[in-house]
Amino acid sequence: MSIWPDEKVLTPGEAEFDTVDMTINIGPQHPATHGVFRMILRVDGEVVVDCEPYIGYLHRGLEKLTEANDYRQAMGYWDRTDYLAGMACEHAYVMAVEALAQIDVPERAEYIRVIMAELSRINSHFLFLGAFGADVGSFGTSFIYAWRERERIYDLFEEVAGDRMFPTYMRVGGVAMDLPDNFEQRCRWLLGSIRQGIEDLDGLLTGNEIFVERCRNLAPMTSERAIALGITGPILRSTGLPWDLRKAEPYSVYDRMKFDIPWRPDLQGDVFDRFWMRLSEMYQSARIIEQCLEQMPKGGLVLNPDLPKTLRVDNGEAYIRYEGTKGEYGVYAMSKGGNKPYRMKLRSPSFCNLSALREMVIGSYVADAIIILGSLDIVLGEVDK
Amino acid sequence: MTPFSFGGELFGMWNWLDAVVRVVIVVTAMTLVVMYLTYGERKVVARFQQRLGPTKTGPAGLFQAFADALKLVAKEDIRPTNADRWVFELAPYATFVPVFLVLLVLPFAKDWGVRNLTLGMFFVFAVLGLNIVGIIMAGLGSGNKFALLGGVRAAAQMISYEIPLVLSLLAVAMVAGTLDLNQIAMLQEDRPFIVLQPLAFLIFFTAMLSEMHRAPFDIPVAESEIVGGYFVEYSGIRWSMFQLTEYASMWGFSVFGSVVFLGGWAFPFGEDWGWGWQLALTFMKSIAWILTIFWIRTTVPRLRIDQLMAFCWKVLLPLSIVQLVANGFILVYDWPQELLTATSGAGAVLLIAIIITRSVRRPKNKYVGSYRQVGVTS
Repeated sequence: MSIWPDEKVLTPGEAEFDTVDMTINIGPQHPATHGVFRMILRVDGEVVVDCEPYIGYLHRGLEKLTEANDYRQAMGYWDRTDYLAGMACEHAYVMAVEALAQIDVPERAEYIRVIMAELSRINSHFLFLGAFGADVGSFGTSFIYAWRERERIYDLFEEVAGDRMFPTYMRVGGVAMDLPDNFEQRCRWLLGSIRQGIEDLDGLLTGNEIFVERCRNLAPMTSERAIALGITGPILRSTGLPWDLRKAEPYSVYDRMKFDIPWRPDLQGDVFDRFWMRLSEMYQSARIIEQCLEQMPKGGLVLNPDLPKTLRVDNGEAYIRYEGTKGEYGVYAMSKGGNKPYRMKLRSPSFCNLSALREMVIGSYVADAIIILGSLDIVLGEVDK
Repeated sequence: MTPFSFGGELFGMWNWLDAVVRVVIVVTAMTLVVMYLTYGERKVVARFQQRLGPTKTGPAGLFQAFADALKLVAKEDIRPTNADRWVFELAPYATFVPVFLVLLVLPFAKDWGVRNLTLGMFFVFAVLGLNIVGIIMAGLGSGNKFALLGGVRAAAQMISYEIPLVLSLLAVAMVAGTLDLNQIAMLQEDRPFIVLQPLAFLIFFTAMLSEMHRAPFDIPVAESEIVGGYFVEYSGIRWSMFQLTEYASMWGFSVFGSVVFLGGWAFPFGEDWGWGWQLALTFMKSIAWILTIFWIRTTVPRLRIDQLMAFCWKVLLPLSIVQLVANGFILVYDWPQELLTATSGAGAVLLIAIIITRSVRRPKNKYVGSYRQVGVTS
């Protein structure tokens, strides 16, 4: 008799040492899936034989909703794609619409946008570090350490934009309002706090032998394979290929910034390298924000004053590539006149990165499958759109 | 002799009534201690994580334990339809009873305890081995694959770690020359056995963490992988019995460990200071032991099952056997006791060295601290 009704029951005639693979359903409600992702693992004991990912539980029809709304109204939906880095998604969206409608942006607004986008990159990477620590099993300590800094970043967002997670702060042609008076001082204090927070997490996780032992040499990936799968962002950089759109095709004011792409000669794209890459990138983001604060014009407009009340765009199309927190965030916009886009398309980096999951997971232990999924750092809002 | 001494003064005529009264006292005390251990863990862990922990229920959240207990009792006791009914329902008792049986032989002070058995230490391992049965019952009977994985992991882990656990205790028993826990405590009046057998202490501590499934060996209950493991399907009172078992075994192991290695009630004041001091000493030592467990839990991540097994069979087991052999030579030829400290200390240094060399050997270590210097472009 089997307690699992869906599985093959061995009859006495069959070989006594045959084993039966078991399927385990992880998700959509499971602490390790970081949202509503579902993967069905076939396991032979503790070893994963096959993995079948299921997505779509968070599909909200982003592209269609954008096509049904005015260019400005649609902004709020784009915050909710990569909901850990709302500002960066808004930035990509407004850049696409500006490219489509050929609208200029005041210089101060560009700097403000970059500051906000980099802060949300730090925010997103903090969540990764905390949640990844919890996946590996550090009982929430890493999570709470990361949360302290995230709360401070959100407090700053609230002061600037009036909302924490989904600020809807950027506008086509600039940003909604100027920064508050004490912004520079607060932001510098925040950067100090962020650096301290990164060092705390670094000490807690990379300083721990068990953590390193769990992550090193696990699911390595070559640059060629990563490119073939369409993987971008920190995961691609962790394979040893220093490809960052902020350097390769600088947009906004990134060409004026000095920052490094973290790199080591022995990068092999394993779980530890992905972790290391995100940890190192956060220092670079903090550097960029500091330079923005110095270079930013002290006054002036933050929104293009020549914009019409309702934005109407002629026939045309535009595609922008944006270095999002998870990888290459591509927005395609097409207009056939009127105040709504005819077609919007999001190339979401998490979706492409997720395609590597199956081949990474096969042959590993169940416990490793969980941390491999964690190391891909997917956001379901972006995968399912 | 106090009314509580092991001679059975309390109800001298009726030995069975004396035993019943003692058991009731110990079990009640234990339940209260366990309730406050959960509160204590929440508070201590919260401080480690820059939080406050429970604050609302009573002064400083002190009644939180009662509120939790009340909530758990009031919850519905759910049995999944595809669970094996009797196996599922009896599993909590099968895990709960052995752990409470351990309490029968623990000497909390010279004269305070339920019964003093001459084979007390042997009784402790014998009874703790039964714990596994309940966990496997819970894992198999729940009709849930996460529970099954948890139960199987727990079985593999507990059976493997029982061997170094027992061997490390045998080393102490060789030195003491007795298995009577009260005698063992009394022998440590001048110096606790941790001084003579530091390696045994390290092995015992590690194996104990594993037996209790505390971090970094919480593989059977891994929250982020198999969401609670063998007790994933339990709710209400049955779930709280598993929880009670976990904390009771933590407390039991802490008292047992402090009796065997830290001198229990005897070190450093001996018998002269009376039972109040003896109880306080046992209590303080076991609390220190428990706080260390909490500290480890908040800091370290979880091992993987193969790493866990490798650590047991390749590191702990050989070292504990080497220690037994060394002890044998020293005791048989009546060599001075300092040699026990020397050999076991060398083993302890070796164990720590094995762990440290593994960390030093990681090739990436030299880059880890230098994010700001490394980069391709600027």
